[in-house]
Amino acid sequence: MNPFVAALRKDLLLQWRTRSQLVAVFVFGASALLLFSFAIGPNAAALRQFAGGFLWLALLLASTLALADSFESEMAQHALEGLLLLPADPRALYYGKAVANLLQLSLLGAALVPVMVVLYDAGTARVPALLGIIVLGAAGLSAPGTLYAAMTAQLRARNTLLPLLLFPLVVPALLGAVKATSLLILGDPMGQLGAWTMLLVAFDAIYWSLCGLVFERVVED
Amino acid sequence: MTALAVETTGLSRRYGRRWALSDVSLGVAAGSVVMLAGRNGSGKSTLLRVLATALRPDHGNARVAGHDVRLERDLVRRKVALLGHHSFHYEALTARENLGVAASFLGRSNDESLLARVGLEARADDPVASFSAGMRKRLALARVLLQDAEVVLLDEPYGELDPPGFALLDRVISELRSRGATVIMATHLVERGRALCDRALMLEEGRLAWSGPAALMPAEAPGGSFVP
Repeated sequence: MNPFVAALRKDLLLQWRTRSQLVAVFVFGASALLLFSFAIGPNAAALRQFAGGFLWLALLLASTLALADSFESEMAQHALEGLLLLPADPRALYYGKAVANLLQLSLLGAALVPVMVVLYDAGTARVPALLGIIVLGAAGLSAPGTLYAAMTAQLRARNTLLPLLLFPLVVPALLGAVKATSLLILGDPMGQLGAWTMLLVAFDAIYWSLCGLVFERVVED
Repeated sequence: MTALAVETTGLSRRYGRRWALSDVSLGVAAGSVVMLAGRNGSGKSTLLRVLATALRPDHGNARVAGHDVRLERDLVRRKVALLGHHSFHYEALTARENLGVAASFLGRSNDESLLARVGLEARADDPVASFSAGMRKRLALARVLLQDAEVVLLDEPYGELDPPGFALLDRVISELRSRGATVIMATHLVERGRALCDRALMLEEGRLAWSGPAALMPAEAPGGSFVP
């Protein structure tokens, strides 16, 4: 079996077996959206204006839980080390995990959209485009997030360090995702959606390439 | 001249400022079964982990199955199997799935007869999280057998096993010997080691204190270390 397919299959199986954690992460994200809506108050126009930003903040906060969880099972009995000693290609292990995290975060983002629509009255007719932006933004979180989750997984302060390392790095992806989502909700009279989408695509291309190359350094010895 | 399956020269490894292995030079003949003895903290596990390429040496070098552990790590890994203190399993997956994951990375089909061989066929579809420590050790042994390695490194393999598990492990070591694999086993069960092994190596404070035929291994290392 192709090592990448083996790694992806393993990670999807692990996610399925621990799916109750995904439900907990979704509840956390939905709760964050609810709390953000309280901060704005009952101003329908303001709620709609900030809906895109709050959706991505909720997804960003929830992503740190999901990303950290994805390495819990690797560290408990040193399973990741066991795979490296077989030997499994570290790049295959990285991309398997990163794609599994991308699918999980995309699913989480898609599940949070109806919550955003209800709480912020922020619907859009361009649902496929919104889902596309969610996938691109989730890719921007999962590529560096998987790498940093691996780096911090063995540290005592991992729950603090992961967001500290990840948040500054993903600012361009977050900016692109927030702007693109807001343009889809509020309208795009100046035709800016393409430029923000390109920013997301470029960020993803850079980090999906770079992180795969340095993962071996992170997990070996 | 007998070919060496494992050869180390001035091998040293430290954790922080403490040297866990210091200038260890040894040779292990291919096809032999070797006991690695020594007190807790004497460097047995570190030596096995360096030989398995789980740790890099700080000084010196080692060749395992003809390959350099620093420069040819992947080639070494293809020929070595390690049964360590950790079972290398996913707690959320079943025993069958765990073996399947290892098999898929090895490019082999999942040999489910291995679960029967280690006495886990009745629990094959239970998650590892529900296993006792002895059952985890049996599953780790099945994974080692799946690897079909030239050099097998066993780090306190009898730990957590019950008496039938002891007998199983004795049989496995005999089978490994008969198929020509080299086995290095770190253990505190010296009498068992003397009965099973051809040679013995004794470590003391990270240094090789004694080596020779297992049957002649002294109760005390030359430096005075007591072997239980």
